[in-house]
Amino acid sequence: MKLTLKIWRQKNANTKGELKTYPIDGIEGDMSFLEMLDVLNEELINKGDEPVVFDHDCREGICGSCSLQINGEPHGPDRLVTTCQLHMRMFNDGDTIVIEPFRAKAFPVIKDLVVDRTSFERIQQAGGYISVNTSGNTIDANAIPVNKQDADDSFNAATCIGCGACVAACKNASAMLFTSAKVSQFALLPQGKVEATERVLNMVAQMDKEGFGNCTNTGACEIECPKGISLENIARMNREYLNASIKG
Amino acid sequence: MAILTSSIARKVAMALSGLFLVVFLAQHFTINVTAVIDPDTFNSLSHFMGHNFFVQFIAQPILIFGVIFHFVMGLVLEIRNRSARQISYKSFKGNKNSTWASRNMIISGAVILAFLGLHFYDFWFPEIVHKYVESHPEDATRYYGELVQKFESPIRTALYCLSFVLLALHLWHGFSSSFQSMGWNNKYSKGLRGFTQFYAIFIPLGFVFIALYLHFNQ
Amino acid sequence: MSILDSKIPEGPLADKWTKHKNDVNLVNPANKRNIDVIVVGTGLAGGSAAATLAELGYNVKTFCYQDSPRRAHSIAAQGGINAAKNYQGDGDSNYRLFYDTVKGGDYRSREGNVYRLAEVSANIIDQCVAQGVPFAREYGGMLDNRSFGGVLVSRTFYAKGQTGQQLLLGAYSAMNRQINRGKITPFNRHEMLDLVIVDGKARGIIARDLVSGKIERHSAHAVVIASGGYGNVFFLSTNAMGSNATAAWKIHKRGAYFANPCYTQIHPTCIPVSGDHQSKLTLMSESLRNDGRIWVPKKKEDAIAIREGKKKAKDLSEDERDYYLERRYPSFGNLVPRDVASRAAKERCDAGFGVNKTGQAVFLDFASAIERYGKEQAAMHGNHNPSKEEITKLGKQVIENKYGNLFQMYEKIVDENPYESPMMIYPAVHYTMGGIWVDYNLQSTIPGCYVTGEANFSDHGANRLGASALMQGLADGYFVLPYTIGDYLSKDIKTGPIPTDTKEFDEAENKVLQQLETLINNNGKHSVDYFHKKLGHIMWNKCGMARNATDLASAMTEIRALREEFWKDVKVPGELNEMNAELEKAMRVADFLELGELFAKDALHRNESCGGHFREEYQTEEGEALRDDENFMYVAAWEYTGDPAQEILHKEELKYENIEVKSRSYK
Repeated sequence: MKLTLKIWRQKNANTKGELKTYPIDGIEGDMSFLEMLDVLNEELINKGDEPVVFDHDCREGICGSCSLQINGEPHGPDRLVTTCQLHMRMFNDGDTIVIEPFRAKAFPVIKDLVVDRTSFERIQQAGGYISVNTSGNTIDANAIPVNKQDADDSFNAATCIGCGACVAACKNASAMLFTSAKVSQFALLPQGKVEATERVLNMVAQMDKEGFGNCTNTGACEIECPKGISLENIARMNREYLNASIKG
Repeated sequence: MAILTSSIARKVAMALSGLFLVVFLAQHFTINVTAVIDPDTFNSLSHFMGHNFFVQFIAQPILIFGVIFHFVMGLVLEIRNRSARQISYKSFKGNKNSTWASRNMIISGAVILAFLGLHFYDFWFPEIVHKYVESHPEDATRYYGELVQKFESPIRTALYCLSFVLLALHLWHGFSSSFQSMGWNNKYSKGLRGFTQFYAIFIPLGFVFIALYLHFNQ
Repeated sequence: MSILDSKIPEGPLADKWTKHKNDVNLVNPANKRNIDVIVVGTGLAGGSAAATLAELGYNVKTFCYQDSPRRAHSIAAQGGINAAKNYQGDGDSNYRLFYDTVKGGDYRSREGNVYRLAEVSANIIDQCVAQGVPFAREYGGMLDNRSFGGVLVSRTFYAKGQTGQQLLLGAYSAMNRQINRGKITPFNRHEMLDLVIVDGKARGIIARDLVSGKIERHSAHAVVIASGGYGNVFFLSTNAMGSNATAAWKIHKRGAYFANPCYTQIHPTCIPVSGDHQSKLTLMSESLRNDGRIWVPKKKEDAIAIREGKKKAKDLSEDERDYYLERRYPSFGNLVPRDVASRAAKERCDAGFGVNKTGQAVFLDFASAIERYGKEQAAMHGNHNPSKEEITKLGKQVIENKYGNLFQMYEKIVDENPYESPMMIYPAVHYTMGGIWVDYNLQSTIPGCYVTGEANFSDHGANRLGASALMQGLADGYFVLPYTIGDYLSKDIKTGPIPTDTKEFDEAENKVLQQLETLINNNGKHSVDYFHKKLGHIMWNKCGMARNATDLASAMTEIRALREEFWKDVKVPGELNEMNAELEKAMRVADFLELGELFAKDALHRNESCGGHFREEYQTEEGEALRDDENFMYVAAWEYTGDPAQEILHKEELKYENIEVKSRSYK
């Protein structure tokens, strides 16, 4: 496959960036998108140019490091995959591919395609936990039966990998899907109910503070989410938040 | 509840005011449709609405407040949303993952707002002037005639119809979305969505029908 | 007596840990506030340790090269976590978990450590559930279990195929609670590049801020290394791209002994290599062997026909298939331990029965499981005469429920639907049992430098059983280290803050800077990956699933030559004081190029086959591993002397008092 890549290049947070064009040849369908970028970088290094920097780590779709807005969609045109699982067989010979960093005020660009997603960490630090000590002196794991459906729903919310595709896809750069997945994961379990009120209030307050946009329920986040996190989580968080506001 | 600061509270306020307007729309439509069925009923209903104390001095101000609130809040949210992405994408394919209606509520909303201006200019201001500024004698049969007269102009009729299309788009997303904003998403949501989408088509289509009917039955 | 003191407490096996906990010194809460601890790595071992230490009151600084602690590669663990809960009532106990682990490790692990691991395993599950980890449950609301290789009970707790993710998020949530309290300061996108030793004690690290490129000094009263394994020395492995041995290797060069580097786990069920461009290998969880049956064609001509695309797996009838694991190991069948399953796959492929284009793959088939579950489900729904389609449909649903994400992952990578045709799998490098030598307290040979999780060598012997890595990481972090490190820190209550403007920090920082500058100014011909791939080839071909003395000796020479070439000819673009991914890689590969040589040296010296270390010269007539307990029942701990080839061997003899040492059989 022969492709034309248009890649966002930006030296650092303080400089202006631009799209640069790179032709590339010899790409096979079995390559992952990141392996295609590896090939490009190898060429750039051999030519004496600076390679393109992008976040990536596990390359099996679970760590949430890789990002990239590919042809106008986070993680590219395929569904339920991260960029590292996106394979080049999704593209055709002669295609032009535009590659940009995830864009949001709360995700400033660090370099090239790498963005700073610590705003997500701060949202989690604001309440994304159950306050139990890790001493191990707790009750037996089977002492509280948990309804299977609740456990499964909680798990489904907890599969969020924190990649930021929801923010990138949203026309408002809203972090509601991410935050609601983190809230739901605990809200659905009996262990998490104890602190539910404070948790949702604090996490939403932090989310707002970070400068994310509002949710307009376009549903783009759900469709682009590599883990298929459901919009039901956003409704649940809204519910939790209303309850908490009335109570608190 | 921190209505003016929290994103979720704002969305809920948006949803509630929107739902209120949806209900109003149904009421407005019900009265208007009588113009097609029986002008006398239309006249008497209009007269009642125009002279009932509750409608005039309680419901009407609430409604106007609702409209303004919905609009101002929409604008506040929009400004915040735009500031959340300061550098825009060179390539952004929103159509791959969401509907036009859901992404452009501000546009459909703005058109509806402009329409409201026209609508007020056509009906509300003349009515207020008629009732409270110039003191005409009460005439419970004048409404139908005034209505028909307004729809004589093909341009006005066309503008009304266009606005109703955008109203349909606004409702198509907004009506069902308001339930999601209020945290209502469960096994009944699919059915509810069907209803809201039916409503979003039916009511504006009904208004279009009334406008065209009046235009062609001069 | 060797200079290595494992410090295993006296007394009966089952009482050792309790007794030790009662004997160690404690630090009072007020004093803990004056003590700093550095934790390098934020996976299960590091994250849990950081959370617990902060909770106890110490001031913790965590370091990870990722942009968030939650992205550490523990997140990718799929199948599950073992615990001797005996919820299934199938005869499980602490002793049985201990026994299985020691046997699974081919009698090359420490009894005391392994028993402690089994003992605290049940606590881990309680703890994680309390933290809100959503383990899989049965309809009655109780926790579900499944089986893993090398055991005869169901003791594995799981969350679909994402158990590691869920456990790491649990540990990270505990960290977040402490970050919020100000007790943990996270240094994300930071990489440790050296250890600082003051008066013989670990007192800090030199780290590079990967965003600004700045070199930083961080001091503490103790340093915990939880930086994971060194599987990436093979270039292609199931590890993350950034997984590296640098922290471990740097402390090794500062005096921590490196134990059993040759013990590497080659995982039997991975997606086969598809081409030269490949950057990593993807694991398909061992849990799949609960339901999948592994086979190759019985006849070579069928294998050739499949390779050439003339036949499909489905075209072969039952008696044309060779379920070689079930044939060779009737009592454990498809659930033999990983080392055994991997070697068996290699044996069949080497003999010409491989089933993909390159002949380097075997089938993992779910057809019979789909049928079995389908029938069961139909009966449960009151349908006692289901059609074949109904059975398949219901069966697929069950399989999807259990392994949905794995099947989806497979389909995305291979572009083939595994519900319809069997998966093709081949072994790949996965985990390293070897690591920094530690005593019972998890302290390395450098006082104040502790090592936990995969980075240490302690609990898995020569082969790790499935679902035991998560168990060990969390056991070390939540339940072991917080006690044992207190014993050491109790002597530090009067020390006060450790200054960083000392000559020791100067020396370490200069050394790091020098290395970085050399690399960046080298202006050679080849990229870092060029060398890493070459190293990987040597490792896989000569230090892989089957090793022999000749190959290992030549591997040592080749790696040494490659290392020299690297320093002469590597090209690192960009600058020092900026985000520079190539520079990061270069530093890591430089360490792999040293570690690889020690790896080969260790493999060469161990004249026996055990667990993941298979020497072709030492095997039974049936091709099984042949141990030499008389001469090699010891931990090989290597002392750095300035050159990997010249490292000095120290032996820690292994004693088995509570378990009968016999040849490992899964027949």
